[in-house]
Amino acid sequence: MEWIGFYNYWVVVVLMMVGFYIVIAQGNLIKKIVGLNIFQTSVFIFFISLAKLDGGTAPIYVEGVSDYSNPLPHVLILTAIVVGVALTAVGLALVVRIQELYGTIEEDEIHAQDEAE
Amino acid sequence: MKHHIVLRVVTKIMIPLIVIYALYIQFHGEYGPGGGFQAGIIFSAGFIIFSLIFGLDVAQEAIPPEATRLLAAFGVLLYIGIGLACILLGGQFLEYKVLLANDQAGETLGIIGIELGVGITVAAVALTLFYAFAGRERE
Amino acid sequence: MGLVQLHLPAFQVILPMLAAPLVMLMARSPRAAWATATLVSWLSLAISLMLLVRVQAEGVVTYHMGGWLPPVGIEYRVDSVNILVLLVISFISAVVMPFARQSVASEVREDKHGYFYAAFLLANCGLLGIAITGDAFNIFVFFEIAALASYSLIATGRERQAVMASYQYLMMGTIGTTFLLIGIGFLYIMTGTLNLMDLAARLPEVNDTRTVRAALAFIVVGISLKLALFPLHLWLPNAYAYAPSMVTVFLSATATKVAIYVLMRFIFGVFGHELSFNELEMNLLLMPLAMLGILIPSIVAIFHTNIKRMFAYSSVAQVGYIILGISFASTLGLMASVLHLFNHAITKAALFMALGCIAYRLGGVSLIHMTGAGQRMPWTMTAFVIAGLSLIGVPLTAGFVTKWHLILAALDGGLWPIAVFLLGTSVLALLYVWRVVEVAFFRPPLRRIKVREAPLSLLLPTWFLTLACLYFGIETSLPVGLAERAAEALMGGYP
Repeated sequence: MEWIGFYNYWVVVVLMMVGFYIVIAQGNLIKKIVGLNIFQTSVFIFFISLAKLDGGTAPIYVEGVSDYSNPLPHVLILTAIVVGVALTAVGLALVVRIQELYGTIEEDEIHAQDEAE
Repeated sequence: MKHHIVLRVVTKIMIPLIVIYALYIQFHGEYGPGGGFQAGIIFSAGFIIFSLIFGLDVAQEAIPPEATRLLAAFGVLLYIGIGLACILLGGQFLEYKVLLANDQAGETLGIIGIELGVGITVAAVALTLFYAFAGRERE
Repeated sequence: MGLVQLHLPAFQVILPMLAAPLVMLMARSPRAAWATATLVSWLSLAISLMLLVRVQAEGVVTYHMGGWLPPVGIEYRVDSVNILVLLVISFISAVVMPFARQSVASEVREDKHGYFYAAFLLANCGLLGIAITGDAFNIFVFFEIAALASYSLIATGRERQAVMASYQYLMMGTIGTTFLLIGIGFLYIMTGTLNLMDLAARLPEVNDTRTVRAALAFIVVGISLKLALFPLHLWLPNAYAYAPSMVTVFLSATATKVAIYVLMRFIFGVFGHELSFNELEMNLLLMPLAMLGILIPSIVAIFHTNIKRMFAYSSVAQVGYIILGISFASTLGLMASVLHLFNHAITKAALFMALGCIAYRLGGVSLIHMTGAGQRMPWTMTAFVIAGLSLIGVPLTAGFVTKWHLILAALDGGLWPIAVFLLGTSVLALLYVWRVVEVAFFRPPLRRIKVREAPLSLLLPTWFLTLACLYFGIETSLPVGLAERAAEALMGGYP
């Protein structure tokens, strides 16, 4: 049962596959962005769980504590989360524009309109 | 939601607390967990609640959309300005310790300034995004 | 050394980043926004040139952000490889900005100009940052800065397809950079460092673990999405076809080139060519993909009637040439690749600029629009033909120099069928360029309305780049010398 000890990595793998599948399989542009967010979140969890040390605390100096979690991945992921928020905002803004220009946010309908032109 | 008296009263009590909490996170950042990113988001969340309850018009009177854009630019300029000040004072870009005679005081000053810049930009950008999406149909 | 000299690597990135919010605030006055952005792009070029002088004198120029020493701090590192990339980016942006004023004015809503130029500066800043930084995570962040700015730039295109193209680019681009992030995470677990130099030093100890190999796979696939390697290129044709002319010029010349540089840097600089090619035999993957990538998009390009889209497909094919050079895993092959990075940037920029002139006067870039354009816009079309010849690889043009070196590299590696293949695919390029030339020069103009030659502010940058194509086809010592040193550095297991 060794593999259960790495359950956080299993969570990462499952989330990554779920997110990726949504991006590929969904035709709705908003749902694709949701999928992309899930996909990115799995990577965030991956980074954060690799920084965790058994019994380690937050990396702030406290007397009597010698084990700390690695703060660097947290900082990296803070940046990556900000990037993710910006991406979501740009993506949603584009979807709003697409809705205004095409009147739909279903990918196949948009392609049908483009081909009809 | 102008007629929901409970919501109105509760938000009126909550918003100052949210803003104070944001400021706490902002200025406590160099001693404990916190910093500009989180503070900026909490601040803008407080303001977004305000505009959800009292309406976008009232909110945009308090902080107009032009002001959020100006502030977003100002935060970035503050960040880079501090970096450039470090260069002028003989350090590398963003090497805060040259800002003051005492190395440690300089570093503290630098990081507070940088985090303030980040906080202002994040809060302003979050509000800009909210305004952009919420006010879309009016264009 | 003066203050500016000392901080050149920092200024290279800070300058456009500082200017972007200022330009954004000039939304009311498009002219001031344009003037500031132009000034900044010229200053950027000056900084790149000063860096080139320093690199040639000192070998490697490093800069430690915030005074933190590597491997802890973020290091900016300019050496013989990325100085070339920096020069390409800042040179193209310096040439494209004068072109932008009238082109953008005719294609983008006036109240958006401030934001447009701010986004352009951010894209510029991101691309320069990717090239200059020596930190793996920094590469990811700058990739996203450049990508987010380019998504919004593409979405300003006139047709509604532009927004959809931008959305598709966003999806594919984000998956690409997230893959890169996963790869960087794997590398960080195995080595505990993010500095590219330090990674290269520590990786050999853990080379034969599955984690490192997975990291290589994630990074190569992720970057391949960004650089539009053949089966992963689907975002590119639409994005280039529907973006405003100036954006197409800038992105086609720089965005994919920077991604190729990052690929080279990781394969040769971080993982080392022994691991990538001798042990894992990546050439068995890259070579067929590169060849398919040259062949299929070239054939597809022949059948397109939208010229911008035709040359977008040709861009995918040209990426194939560069990857082919990489897949030889030899100094000669790499040199040809680095050379093509430079030559293709100026050739494609000149071509898309000529198309921008045509779009400005004729309102579109379909084959029908171009009928008889050779008589009405002789200067534009002559520039187009010369740049087209350079794309095909005719002697005395920049394109010939790279094809020549690529064929030499193939023969040197004993791969003579590939040399034949390269000659054969040049015919495909000839075919699609000829289609345009035939319509533009040998058919009478269709419509009675008067179309004049493009205005000087569009024509001068176009001709400047066209003459650069000729100049670097005859006087090859500067790019060849730079590429030679870059290839030697990459093969020598430097980072």
